[in-house]
Amino acid sequence: MLSIKDLQVNIGDKSILKGISLDINPGEVHAIMGPNGSGKSTLSHVLAGKDGYTITGGSIEIEGQDLAEMAPEKRAREGLFLAFQYPVEIPGVSNIYLLKAALNAVRLHKGLSEVDALDFLTLVKEKIKLLGMDEKFLYRSVNQGFSGGEKKRNEILQMAIMEPKMCILDETDSGLDIDALQIVAAGVNSLRSESRSFLMITHYQRLLDYIVPDVVHVLSDGQIVKTGGPELALELEQKGYGWIGQEA
Amino acid sequence: MTSSTTEIEQLIGKEYDKGFVTNLEADTFLPGLNEEVITALSVKKNEPPFMLEWRLKAYRHWLTMTPPEWAFVSVDPIDYQEISYYSAPKQKKELKSLDEVDPELLDTYKKLGIPLEEQERLAGVAVDAVFDSVSVATTFKGKLKEVGVIFCPISEAIQEYPELVKQYLGTVVPQEDNFYAALNSAVFTDGSFVYIPKGVRCPMELSTYFRINASNTGQFERTLIIADESSHVSYLEGCTAPMRDENQLHAAVVELVALDNAQIKYSTVQNWYPGDKNGKGGIYNFVTKRADCRGVNSKVSWTQVETGSAITWKYPSCVLTGDNAVGEFYSVALTNNYQQADTGTKMIHVGKNTRSTIISKGISAGKAQNSYRGLVKVLKSAENARNYTQCDSLLVGDQCGAHTFPYVEVKQPSANVEHEATTSKISEDQLFFCQQRGLSAEDAVSLIVNGFCKEVFKELPMEFAVEAQALLGISLEGSSVG
Ligand SMILES: Nc1ncnc2c1ncn2[C@@H]1O[C@H](COP(=O)(O)OP(=O)(O)OP(=O)(O)O)[C@@H](O)[C@H]1O
Ligand SMILES: [Mg+2]
Repeated sequence: MLSIKDLQVNIGDKSILKGISLDINPGEVHAIMGPNGSGKSTLSHVLAGKDGYTITGGSIEIEGQDLAEMAPEKRAREGLFLAFQYPVEIPGVSNIYLLKAALNAVRLHKGLSEVDALDFLTLVKEKIKLLGMDEKFLYRSVNQGFSGGEKKRNEILQMAIMEPKMCILDETDSGLDIDALQIVAAGVNSLRSESRSFLMITHYQRLLDYIVPDVVHVLSDGQIVKTGGPELALELEQKGYGWIGQEA
Repeated sequence: MTSSTTEIEQLIGKEYDKGFVTNLEADTFLPGLNEEVITALSVKKNEPPFMLEWRLKAYRHWLTMTPPEWAFVSVDPIDYQEISYYSAPKQKKELKSLDEVDPELLDTYKKLGIPLEEQERLAGVAVDAVFDSVSVATTFKGKLKEVGVIFCPISEAIQEYPELVKQYLGTVVPQEDNFYAALNSAVFTDGSFVYIPKGVRCPMELSTYFRINASNTGQFERTLIIADESSHVSYLEGCTAPMRDENQLHAAVVELVALDNAQIKYSTVQNWYPGDKNGKGGIYNFVTKRADCRGVNSKVSWTQVETGSAITWKYPSCVLTGDNAVGEFYSVALTNNYQQADTGTKMIHVGKNTRSTIISKGISAGKAQNSYRGLVKVLKSAENARNYTQCDSLLVGDQCGAHTFPYVEVKQPSANVEHEATTSKISEDQLFFCQQRGLSAEDAVSLIVNGFCKEVFKELPMEFAVEAQALLGISLEGSSVG
């Protein structure tokens, strides 16, 4: 699904990612953990095509297609989704309108017609229920006045509507209360399938209790310093990040 | 960062697509202004003597006046002797119906998206089309007449309904009101006249379409709308002009009168040619628009979407004379490149319990300057008057400017006046977020701008909402879904 080879990224003159390699197969769930400032969000932004980063080496591919050459909206339509660590607010634009525009962008890209208004409403209501959100959120401006946890849930709602094949979740668990964490995890789990992959960035083991990953990576100072199974996350929770450097 | 700023600028900087010229034989006065020209104009229009006197009085007063200098715009001095004060497409004889209108003209309106023949067939909107100095076609006249509504060119009203014109013309915007209003009073050539009789709810939207075609011509139209007791009317105004290198002058006066319990909704989509990327050419739009809410419980709403003109100087206002009268002003002004806009409103509270609402949205891009200037005045007599003002500015790029000048004068202690102002920018993060949801950068900017303007767009009548959407390059479904 996603193949990252020796990826090196600069912001200005500053080197942030220093040779990252990562392969995610269809249906797999990978987790990335790592200290603040290690480059986790940078990786997610570069994958999604945000401006302001220079790729100085390596490659990123989705299903064999070169991502680096693709416009960000094209990547999104191809099925790469990023749930943001800090979702932005868009005053005056209703949530439901954004959802519809997003879904239609994907559908048109696939050669389908725009979604029928009634079908869309049925779909949205089903998904919003799945995420335990009130229907009122549909008619509020995108993320405006949403609490931190509500914003995160809203990201997952967008994901559920767009049905992407490669989902990147940047600290979706931060800011969620315990109940919300379970609901969101259940939502994500319901989307897990043989053909859909996940890359979850998190600081906490508790998310991984609910969404059990196949592979866990530790990112430190722009490099993947350790890779293991779900048990690695537990170990990190107990010992912190310090011991990894010593071992290597 | 700068790269995406320029990107946003490019997206918003769409080329003007209404800039074609129609080649018509025209009957045009030589440039120049004096009492003979005004007399000739009045004769040309078959006006009764009172009208000529009225014009000359305005002209003599105008000679003593100087243009206003306080607006936050810079204007090259205009030579009023170089403008032609009358231009009309040559027509062989009086028109009886649309079929007799020059096909070339009908074509022009079609290109502008206003097919007059169809407008006549499709129920819904009655159109008065003003081409340079004359009104070329008013559709739906017959149907309106059945309910007693008068909707015709003002030149016709002067001949057919002189008593109504005499009674109301200049009572809201006096001849000597300001420099441009005085000039307009002296030389106005056409415009629309509307009278809604007592108790009548006008069965359709009324619409005027202004088009400046001839070069070196000023357009001085005059609109007078009278809503008699307990009547209702919704009026739409749209404007375009060809691209020309020289600046063209548009100095209109609009007067609205609302009697007891009457309501007038006046919506404008203004898309005059704004000049090219380097600030060359474009329309000077100096307009005086004022409503008098004369009757008790009367209400006037101004809604405007302004994207055009090189320079705009315009303050649709409400004088809230009657007790419980309501005045509203909803405005979106978009300026780009070297455009300058100085707009806003005045709400003058005279009667008791009068209320006013002002929602102003300014969008500046490129090197444009956008100013909001608002006056809220509460006279001693206006017990319990209330005003709410909200001014929001959205900046696209970092070379443009937004300025807010609120003036408040309150002479009545029980009054309640509130003012809120914000300035924001389209952020890269918002743009990227939308792109990550599959939207093109262009659609993303539209979406964000549309969201910013939502409170105003929802006030527009449906027919016009579509045009406003086309203008800002915005998909409007958003505001209707929300
Ligand atoms: N625009 C920028 N200019 C300079 N440095 C930047 C910029 N953006 C990010 N950085 C730096 O890049 C590094 C990686 O940041 P990033 O946001 O990817 O970290 P992170 O691993 O997501 O951290 P956190 O766990 O706190 O979210 C940090 O040192 C940060 O300060
Ligand atoms: Mg981060």
